Amino acid sequence: MKLILALCLSLFALTSQAVVDGHKYPFDNKVDKERFEVLAAELRCPKCQNQNLADSNAPVASDLRDKVYELMIEGQTDDEIVGYLVARYGDFVRYNPPVQKNTFFLWFAPGTMVLIAIIVIISITRGGKKSQPLSEEEKAKLAKLQAARREKQDS
Amino acid sequence: MNRILLFIPLIMFIVMAAFLGGGIGRENKDVLPSPLIDKPFPQFILQQVEAEKQLTQSDLQGKPMLVNVWATWCPTCKAEHQFLNTLAAQGVRIIGINYKDDEDEAKVWLRDLGNPYEFNISDPKGKLGLELGVYGAPETFFVDGDGIIRAKHVGDLNQRVWQKYKGIFEQMKNHVEANVSEASSSIEGSK
Repeated sequence: MKLILALCLSLFALTSQAVVDGHKYPFDNKVDKERFEVLAAELRCPKCQNQNLADSNAPVASDLRDKVYELMIEGQTDDEIVGYLVARYGDFVRYNPPVQKNTFFLWFAPGTMVLIAIIVIISITRGGKKSQPLSEEEKAKLAKLQAARREKQDS
Repeated sequence: MNRILLFIPLIMFIVMAAFLGGGIGRENKDVLPSPLIDKPFPQFILQQVEAEKQLTQSDLQGKPMLVNVWATWCPTCKAEHQFLNTLAAQGVRIIGINYKDDEDEAKVWLRDLGNPYEFNISDPKGKLGLELGVYGAPETFFVDGDGIIRAKHVGDLNQRVWQKYKGIFEQMKNHVEANVSEASSSIEGSK
């Protein structure tokens, strides 16, 4: 019984394949299939620019998918595969770019802007209500002005 | 003080608008910089289009050259072909990579439109193209005498584009001459 179950399961495993744009990429296990799908989603098509390898039907995207598949079957890790493509097409092919000098703005600008917005909102809503008590100097100035006004009214 | 703070959103809006507005008019073609600049031309073993001959990366040495990726299915390649003929007539060394193409059609093309290439590398599966990070023909690589890639242009070459790259090409040529004179002077020195 156990043997039959194992056989059935292994048959199931054999059929796991990623289908992209009509092309079939068979894998002998589910983990690799999912790895392939994640890679195809995270790598960007260099020709079409706003699509990933999985979505694009441009010839170059299909070539790159085949290459990713080939490298996976060769046993390369995800990092090695991404590295292989970055060495040829540049960081452009990554939809998940690394944090480095030229991507600093990309990674931190949104958070910084939200932070600035929060600070502005807080300072506007809070700061407006607070009024400081007058300093000695200001008090003296006020008394002087009031005296001058009274004098004017009297005359 | 608070009044000034009220203007921060407006200022941020203006900065963003200027930044994004500036991006609208810009041409997108050159945005993809090649990581292969200043790296050696990738290794390959492929057939020549015109003859039964095997070519490797060591055939891309000696004299600075343009390595032009083209195909008969690519309309822009046809548009640039006459300019390549002109460059070749001026003595510019041009090597072709016939990219994912039908070899017979390529031969007809070269016969009918003229052949500006010293030789053509046949890359029917696009393997060498992938090594070079080619994402759309035509693309042109500027390779110096040592087989190092010095620049890359995506799109057709024409008079206007050539003005931009002429300096780089001249520099590659001078570099070789400097090397040669250096070598000859060191030989003289050893005498």
